[in-house]
Amino acid sequence: MAQPLVKKDDDRDEEADYSPFLGIEKGAVLQEARVFNDPQLDPRRCSQVITKLLYLLNQGESFTKVEATEVFFSVTKLFQSKDIGLRRMVYVMIKELSPSADEVIIVTSSLMKDMTSKTDMYRANAIRVLCRITDGTLLTQIERYLKQAIVDKNPVVASAALVSGIHLLQTNPEIVKRWSNEVQEAVQSRAALVQFHALALLHQIRQKDRLAVNKLVSSLTRGSARSPLAQCLLIRYTSQVIRESANNTQTGDRPFYDFLEGCLRHKAEMVIFEAARAITELNGVTSRELTPAITVLQLFLSSSKPVLRFAAVRTLNKVAMTHPTAVTNCNIDMESLISDQNRSIATLAITTLLKTGNESSVDRLMKQITNFMSDIADEFKIVVVEAIRSLCLKFPLKHRSLMNFLSNILREEGGFEYKKAIVDSIVILIRDIPEAKETGLLHLCEFIEDCEFTYLSTQILHFLGIEGPKTSDPSKYIRYIYNRVHLENATVRAGAVSTLAKFGAMVDGLKPRIFVLLRRCLFDTDDEVRDRATLYLNTLGGDGAVVETGADVKEFLFGSLDIPLVNLENSLKNYEASEKPFDINSVPKEVKTQPLTEKKAPGKKPTGLGAPPPGPPTTVDAYEKLLSSIPQFAKFGKLFKSSAPVELTEAETEYAVSVVKHIFDGHVVFQYNCTNTVPEQLLENVTVIVDASEAEEFAEVASKPLRSLPYDSPGQTFVAFEKPDGVPAVGKFSNMLRFIVKEVDPSTGEAEEDGVEDEYQLEDLEVVAADYILKVGVSNFRNAWESMGADFERVDEYGLGPRDSLAEAVNAVIDLLGMQPCEGTEAVPPNSRSHTCLLSGVYIGNVKVLVRLQFGLDGPKEVAMKLAVRSEDEIVSDAIHEIVASG
Amino acid sequence: MDSCPCIKNFLLLDSEGNRVAVKYYSDEWPTNSAKEAFEKALFSKTQKTNARTEAEIAMFENHIIVYKFVQDLHFFVVGAEGENELILVTVLQGFFDAVGLLLRGNVDKKEALENLDLILLCLDEIVDGGVILETDANAIAGKVASHSVDATAPLSEQTISQALATAREHLARSLLNCMYVPVPWLADDDAMGSSG
Repeated sequence: MAQPLVKKDDDRDEEADYSPFLGIEKGAVLQEARVFNDPQLDPRRCSQVITKLLYLLNQGESFTKVEATEVFFSVTKLFQSKDIGLRRMVYVMIKELSPSADEVIIVTSSLMKDMTSKTDMYRANAIRVLCRITDGTLLTQIERYLKQAIVDKNPVVASAALVSGIHLLQTNPEIVKRWSNEVQEAVQSRAALVQFHALALLHQIRQKDRLAVNKLVSSLTRGSARSPLAQCLLIRYTSQVIRESANNTQTGDRPFYDFLEGCLRHKAEMVIFEAARAITELNGVTSRELTPAITVLQLFLSSSKPVLRFAAVRTLNKVAMTHPTAVTNCNIDMESLISDQNRSIATLAITTLLKTGNESSVDRLMKQITNFMSDIADEFKIVVVEAIRSLCLKFPLKHRSLMNFLSNILREEGGFEYKKAIVDSIVILIRDIPEAKETGLLHLCEFIEDCEFTYLSTQILHFLGIEGPKTSDPSKYIRYIYNRVHLENATVRAGAVSTLAKFGAMVDGLKPRIFVLLRRCLFDTDDEVRDRATLYLNTLGGDGAVVETGADVKEFLFGSLDIPLVNLENSLKNYEASEKPFDINSVPKEVKTQPLTEKKAPGKKPTGLGAPPPGPPTTVDAYEKLLSSIPQFAKFGKLFKSSAPVELTEAETEYAVSVVKHIFDGHVVFQYNCTNTVPEQLLENVTVIVDASEAEEFAEVASKPLRSLPYDSPGQTFVAFEKPDGVPAVGKFSNMLRFIVKEVDPSTGEAEEDGVEDEYQLEDLEVVAADYILKVGVSNFRNAWESMGADFERVDEYGLGPRDSLAEAVNAVIDLLGMQPCEGTEAVPPNSRSHTCLLSGVYIGNVKVLVRLQFGLDGPKEVAMKLAVRSEDEIVSDAIHEIVASG
Repeated sequence: MDSCPCIKNFLLLDSEGNRVAVKYYSDEWPTNSAKEAFEKALFSKTQKTNARTEAEIAMFENHIIVYKFVQDLHFFVVGAEGENELILVTVLQGFFDAVGLLLRGNVDKKEALENLDLILLCLDEIVDGGVILETDANAIAGKVASHSVDATAPLSEQTISQALATAREHLARSLLNCMYVPVPWLADDDAMGSSG
C-alpha cells in the first residue's frame, strides 16, 4: 500500500525535503569538529557535531586516513567531559572510526578508567569499545577486568563482557577459553539475557568437545532457561547433541526428545517455533515424533501475524518434501493461505499443497492456481512452475492437465526467466513421460511462433531437431520450423536451418521436401544462414538423389563437441592459413581455469535446456573416452570396470578428494577427483603420492598431475599401476595429496607468483575383489543357470554371525561381491525367516558368473548362508568363494 | 543451525528508500554501493506491502527480512535464511518500540533525523556486532535516555539546569535499577515473553 493520504498535503511539499542535515558538507563538519579541542567544552555542541559526523558515515561518506586520524584525536579529548550523553556518543564514534593499533593506545587508559568506573553505563560501554578495537597484547592487560565483569552484579555489564567474549573468541580463542569458570558461573545468572549470552559463549568455547556440550545440555534441559532467547539456543544445542548421538544409539527412544516436545508448550512463540522446527529436522524423524510439532505449526497457520504464518508454512513446506502425508492434515488451512496478502506465504502454501496433494486433488488445485498466477510476481511464478513440474513427474497420468496448464501460462505475459522455467519444465516432462512427448512438442512449436526471446527459440529449435524426427509424424513440425526462416532474426534462422537438416538426415521420406526448403535458404541475406544451408545440402547429398544418411554425417549433425569452446576458439585464432588444414584433434581438451570472479551461484538447479552440468563425467563410456584421451593410459587396452567414486576426505575439509578405480586387464588407474574449497588458494602441480607397500602385486607405472586447481572448479589427477594380467589382485593403498599452494587475492582473483609446497593426508583406498566383477544382469536367471551347467559349480555353507536383519545380511553380501541382483531378489520381505537371492556378473577376463545365495535365520539373529556358484571357469568359481570366505 | 541467532543488518529508510540510519554487521555487502543496491532492491520489493499494523516478512536474496512501516519511516531487520523468523521479529519490535518511546510517539522521518543521536544509540544498545544485546523496548530506551552529567561530579561545578538534570537522572536510574538488578527472574521473563 502506498502512503496514506494526509490532508495537509500542501504543507508536506514544503516539509518533505526538510532535514536538520540539509546541505551538510564533509569539509565544513570536519572544521566544526575543532570545537572538540576547546578548553571549555560545550557537551551539547560536541554531541551535535559527532551526530553530524555519524550521519555522514551513515550516508556512505568515507573519511581519508588523515581525516579519520584527525577526528579520532580530537574525539579522544572529549573524555575530559563528564557528560554521560556525550560520552555515549564518543563511544559510538570510536567504534565507527575503528582506529589503528598505534591510535588505540591513546584511548586505552581513558577506556580502562571507564571500565573500572562506578557508573554501570560507563563500565558496560567501555568494555564493548575496548574489546572491539583492541589487539591480543592489550587483551592480556585487561583480561582481569573482563573476568570480573562477566560475573558483575549488573546484568548490562556482564552481558557487555560476555558478548565481547563471543567476538574475541574468533580472534583470540586461547585467551577467551581461560574464562570458562566465570562464564560457567554466568550461565547460572538470574538475569535473563546474561544467561543467554553466557550460554552462547560457553557453547562456542566448548563446541569441539562433544562430551562437554552433552553435559551442558543435560544439566540445562532439566530446568528451564530464563529467557526465550536462551531457550532457543538450548533447543539448537540439544538438536546438535541428538544429531551426533544418533549414530551411537540406533534403537530405543531418542534422547532429549521429551525436552523438545516440552518446549512446544512454552509460552513464548519463538521457543515453540524453534522446538517445532528442530523436531521436523531430526534425522529419520518418525511420524509419531512429528505429530505434536505439526499440530502447533498448524495453529500458527491461522495466526493474524504474517511472520508466524510465514514461519509455519515455510517449515511445513520443507517437511512436505520428506513426509508429505504428515502435512496433509494442514491442507485446509493451507488452502485458505492461497489468497494471503503476503505473496511469499501464498506461494509457499501453493507449493506445499502441490507436494502433499494426491492424484485426485490435482485438477481442483490447478483451478485455484490459475486464478492465483495472474497476480503474483515472476519470481513466485517460477517457484510454482517448478512445483508443478515435480508434481507431473510424480503423477504422470495427470500430464494432460498439467501440460495444458504449462502451455496456457506460456502464452501469457512474462519475463525471460519465467518463460525459461516453463520451457525447461516442458522439456523435462517430454523427456521423462513418453506419452506427453507429442503434445509437449506441439506446445513448444506454438510458443516459438510468437516468442520474443532468441535464446529460447534457438534452444527449442535444437530440441525439436533431436526429438521431432523420432515422433510418429515428423512432417507436422516442418511448417513451424520453416516459418522461422521467414519471420525471425538471423540467429533463429540459422538454428531453424540446422533443425531442418536434422529432420532431413533422420527421416528419408522427408528428404526431397527438406532439400527444397534448404535450397530456398541459399538466398538468405545472412551469410551464416547461407553457409549452413550450403553445408547441409552437401553433407546430405542435396544433388537430388535420396541416399541413406551416412554414419559420419549423423555423427556430425548429432554428435556432441567434446572440446571446450574456449579452447577451440583460441586454437582457431592461433591457426595461420597455410597448406596444412586445421586439425581439430590438436585442440587441448583440458578445461581452462575459471576466473575467480565468475563464482557459481550456490544451489544451482538442474536445467532442462542449455549446457550440461560441469564436473567429471560419470558413465563408463565417458570414463573410457576420458582415459583413452590421456596418452599414458591409451595402451592399457579396454576398460573393464570403473567403480563408483569413493570419498577420501571428510565433508567440509579444505580439499575434497574422491577416487574412482578404473580396472584394466593388466592395469589399474586411480582417478582422483579434487576440489579446492579455499577461495584464497590456487593449487598447482597437484599429484597424489601413493604408497603401495600393502599392495604387493601392484607397481606404479605412470601418473598424470593436475596442472592447476583453482577454487571451486573440480579437476582430476591420475595414477596408474601395473598388475599381473587378468589376476584379481587386491591391496591397500595410502594416499597423500601433494601440491604447490599459492595465495589468491579474493578481490582481484589473481594468484601470487610464489607458492609453497604442501601435503595433505588422504584416507586409504583399497582395491577389493568386487572391483573385478561387472554388474551384468540376466533376464531369466533359471535359464541362464541351467544352460551354464554344473561343470564348474561350487557349493559351500557359511555362517554370517549375528546380523540386525536378514535384509542387512543380504545387502552386505551383494556389496561384497559387487554383482547384479536379478529378478528383484535383493528385496527381502519383512519378517521372513529365509530368503534366496540371485546374482549375476562378469568376472575379469570376461567370464560369466552366476550366484545363488540362500539365507536362513539360525537362532534369533544368527544368519547362515549357502552359496552356490556357477561359471565358465572353475578358477573363477573358487575365486568367488574365496571372496566370501575372506570377506 | 547450531549457532547463536545473528542479525545481519538494520535498515531505517524513508518513504523514498533513502537512508535515515543503517547499521551493517555482516560483511556480505563490502562496499557502500553494494549496500545501497541492496537497500534499493529491498525497498522496491517491500514498498507495496502493508506493514503498518503487523510486521511483515519476505525472503530476499537468501535473507529473511522482517519489516514494519510507520508514517514515512520503514524499519527493516535482515537475518540469515535459516534464522528463526520469530527471533528476528522480536528484535524488529524491540527496535520499533524503542524508537517510538524515544521519539515520544512522534515517529516520522523529520523527528528521527532531529534525534538521530538517539536512533544511533538505540541501534548500539540492541545489537553488538550481530549478537542480540537486548530486545525489550523499555530497557533499550531506558539505556539510551539516561542522558546527563555524571552524577559523581562535584555539584559545585554544575549549573542549575545540570543539577536538575542530575536529579532527573537519579530518578531514571533508580527506575532502571529496579528493572534490572534484584528482580526475581520470573518477572524479567514475563517482560521478555510479552514483548516476544
